[in-house]
Amino acid sequence: MKDFKVIEIKESVFADNDRDAELLRGELKEKGVFLLNLMSSPGAGKTTTLMKTIDALRDKVKIGVMEADIDSDVDARTISESGAKVIQLHTGGMCHLDADMTRQGLREMGTDDVELAILENVGNLVCPAEFDTGAVKNAMILSVPEGHDKPLKYPLMFSICDVVLINKIDVLPYFDFDMEKCREYILTRNPAAKIIPISARTGEGIDEWAGWLLEEVNKWCK
Amino acid sequence: MHELGIVFHIIKKIEEVAAENAVTSVNSVTLEIGEVSTIVDTYLQDCWKWAAAKSDYVKDAKLLIETIPAVTMCDSCKRTYETVKYGKTCPYCGSEDTYLVTGNEVSIKEIEAI
Ligand SMILES: Nc1nc2c(ncn2[C@@H]2O[C@H](COP(=O)(O)OP(=O)(O)O)[C@@H](O)[C@H]2O)c(=O)[nH]1
Ligand SMILES: [Mg+2]
Ligand SMILES: [Zn+2]
Repeated sequence: MKDFKVIEIKESVFADNDRDAELLRGELKEKGVFLLNLMSSPGAGKTTTLMKTIDALRDKVKIGVMEADIDSDVDARTISESGAKVIQLHTGGMCHLDADMTRQGLREMGTDDVELAILENVGNLVCPAEFDTGAVKNAMILSVPEGHDKPLKYPLMFSICDVVLINKIDVLPYFDFDMEKCREYILTRNPAAKIIPISARTGEGIDEWAGWLLEEVNKWCK
Repeated sequence: MHELGIVFHIIKKIEEVAAENAVTSVNSVTLEIGEVSTIVDTYLQDCWKWAAAKSDYVKDAKLLIETIPAVTMCDSCKRTYETVKYGKTCPYCGSEDTYLVTGNEVSIKEIEAI
């Protein structure tokens, strides 16, 4: 009969990652690099919105993009057409990035010539919300075809985001998406959320979003 | 696959604890999982089997899961109620000014090791 001993741990599974994310934010502050974590379900428009964001900001700030994907490099090739610096990160089957994977990605990309680093997280509304990447700000995209009830179904995601972009407003006439209800649902879970309706197709709302982002970058990098 | 990432974090933490405590082999790992944590126990077990096999410390360890009931507190009437039954709305006073007290946990409670 082997003699087992019990070792108490009593710690959240996320505690290590939370500490690591804090460390990473400190490192980024020192280097003067702003990291944005962009999340959404697949197809909500992260890559398309990023292309428009790069267009709006490329003369004002040096941008680097990290495209996280389970196993493809389609998005990185799209972004590279914008002329912005971009790398592809493969998560090897995982549905999110943690702070350590983000740090490795930043190292691989190189941040000496980057002021605004943007992480396009894996398309998913559950897991990325639980793992702090070390980003300075979190943004998510909810697209009109997904429906206005999503804040009720994925409360954690909506509660950790500083900005919620409501994308594809060009197709509002074809869906029964209720913008006022959606705002209300988001704000009950997260009263501080900034909500910006946009269309990455027509460019509507992109100025407001890009303006917000630039202001946050300037505050952080001062 | 949300559970896989969580399993990797658990194994990393246990390897650290094992090294600190001069443990050679882990017999079991006990987790506390909240009722509304969105973790699916069966996925977690499957991911555990797959990932644990690659770690010397935990390759033979059983994963034991203790479920923590979800309880919500109402800020208006200061009573608590079962989250799974009533959600965000207080069944006593109808207020939505409520917050989750327990039920969101994903914690490692303890390990049994030699
Ligand atoms: N109508 C419309 N389609 C859009 C808009 N933004 C993105 N799309 C389309 O939605 C699809 C998915 O977009 P993508 O940027 O790849 O989404 P991602 O998976 O979140 O990166 C593509 O076919 C885009 O052309 C928009 O504002 N309006
Ligand atoms: Mg994309
Ligand atoms: Zn009440």
